[in-house]
Amino acid sequence: MGLTLSWLSIIILIPLAGLFLKSLELSPEQFWNILASRRTLNALRVSFGLAFAAACVNLVMGSIIVWALVRYRFPGRRLFDAIVDVPFALPTAVAGVALTALFAEKGWLGAPLAAAGIKVAFTPVGIFVAMIFIGIPFVVRTVQPVLQDLDPEIEEAAGSLGASRWQTIIRVILPSLGPALLTGLALAFARAVGEYGSVIFIAGNLPNVSEIAPLLIVIRLSEFRYADATAIAVVMLVVSFVIIFAVNRLQRWAQSRIPAR
Amino acid sequence: MTIEVRNLVKKFGSFAALDGVDLKVNDGELLALLGPSGSGKTTLLRIIAGLDWPDSGEVAFNGEDALAQGARERHVGFVFQHYALFRHMTVFENVAFGLRVQPRAVRKDEATIRARVRELLDLVQLDWLADRYPSQLSGGQRQRIALARALAIEPRILLLDEPFGALDAKVRKELRKWLRSLHHEINVTSIFVTHDQEEALEVANRVVVMDKGKIEQIGSPDDVYESPATAFVHSFIGESIELPVQIADGVIRLGDRPLRLAADGLAPGASRLFVRRHDMLVGPPGSGAFEGAVQHVRNFGPVQRAEVALSGGETIEIDAPRNRELRAGDTIGLEPRRYRIFAG
Repeated sequence: MGLTLSWLSIIILIPLAGLFLKSLELSPEQFWNILASRRTLNALRVSFGLAFAAACVNLVMGSIIVWALVRYRFPGRRLFDAIVDVPFALPTAVAGVALTALFAEKGWLGAPLAAAGIKVAFTPVGIFVAMIFIGIPFVVRTVQPVLQDLDPEIEEAAGSLGASRWQTIIRVILPSLGPALLTGLALAFARAVGEYGSVIFIAGNLPNVSEIAPLLIVIRLSEFRYADATAIAVVMLVVSFVIIFAVNRLQRWAQSRIPAR
Repeated sequence: MTIEVRNLVKKFGSFAALDGVDLKVNDGELLALLGPSGSGKTTLLRIIAGLDWPDSGEVAFNGEDALAQGARERHVGFVFQHYALFRHMTVFENVAFGLRVQPRAVRKDEATIRARVRELLDLVQLDWLADRYPSQLSGGQRQRIALARALAIEPRILLLDEPFGALDAKVRKELRKWLRSLHHEINVTSIFVTHDQEEALEVANRVVVMDKGKIEQIGSPDDVYESPATAFVHSFIGESIELPVQIADGVIRLGDRPLRLAADGLAPGASRLFVRRHDMLVGPPGSGAFEGAVQHVRNFGPVQRAEVALSGGETIEIDAPRNRELRAGDTIGLEPRRYRIFAG
């Protein structure tokens, strides 16, 4: 108990407290001015907005991947299962470079997309792609064990009771997976908000357009504007915390409707 | 609703789960499919339900081709061994499920659905559990809810796959009686799968004994117990003594010892002789078809179970009434009151 608390304090609580203390050096007015500046607001909007969109895409695509991995036996299934973990393991900078090369105007995917008039690298779309890339394993790995646990017999039961495939998915499967899906969404979102390495390579980092909040913090730090940096950091912390907390409550609520076995 | 199954074949790889099965189920009947695991009984049930498809053969409900329909259209109530209740729904919503997913055109209004669910919960005597979740119920209660859920759609046929297989012995016995009286009440053509012969004999009107994807015998519980059609049925149902015998020149031999049993009408060659344990009557030495030495005696209430080494070399167990005490070391004569001999 004591060990747990001390360790948690050293690793998490003290650094966070330090962050808050540092931001207290600013007067409320200064604090407000930093946040209300156009560049800060845009950076926060890019970070949170794209992270949320990417998490939603991951939720849908991740669910489909999980379904295939759990329910079907196909050649190379184990390999695909292992590949899902690559974004976990890959150094984010490597991922960033790889994605940038792929989506750059002369890249394998970038060239045909550019021909179609879609520019991915060095635009917000690029950030979005990188965030999807790094978030996908979070959804897959949280939902997978729950789906494995879900007896295929309940689908047969629903079918023999007259439910269509669609009704079975909506009324039986999704509610059973609900809490796990929400957890996956929250984790993918949190990861995408905090992502730095892979995003900055592909983003182009144009202020107000494709500049993410973590990058802005780094820029402020390199300009020795420590208080500005911490102010942005505090906002990110609070917003992340509120979102995680809300998802957590939602998840609790969903879980309370399925008492433990 | 009658069910007719013709020449059904289903293979899993090279394993034939069903190897040419023919079966006719009468309207309102309660039929048991009895067999060891791997005999194909569950596969047959799942094909009738539309959860599996045969490689060849026909299934007809009231003479109408059922294989043309999916599980959803067949209107068959299916009860799973492990209940397959929806964990995230209350008992009430579980039972209501089949009514709520009906196409809009035929779906009943909310009040009718509620009344119907209440009625079904009454029928399975669990109306007081309506607001609980499946995880809060005992196994026996879950299975009764699963049954109520299957009955909600007013199925034309009720199929139960080892319905009591996951329950403990005492609950099983209660539920058996309950299932029989329930069937009496609702009178839906029902088939249940079991590997428990006692369950099959006690609950069903007719019993289908299966082994290795084939039907061995179809008959009333008395038929399959009293006049087994094959060696498999004899050894599978009831406790049997099985002795390898040789038939030659109108004489039955156990080892090299001729038995005083008539060999009329039996084909010569290696055969197996089956006797029920309680059909071996004990007499003084020299009487009866067999002779043997008592090795060991245990008492079970009204019977004594004795291990007897026959002079042909085999050791058998018999159940004798306690009017004549047996002791280890006694030499006794044994006369089978009833026996059957199957070739092979």
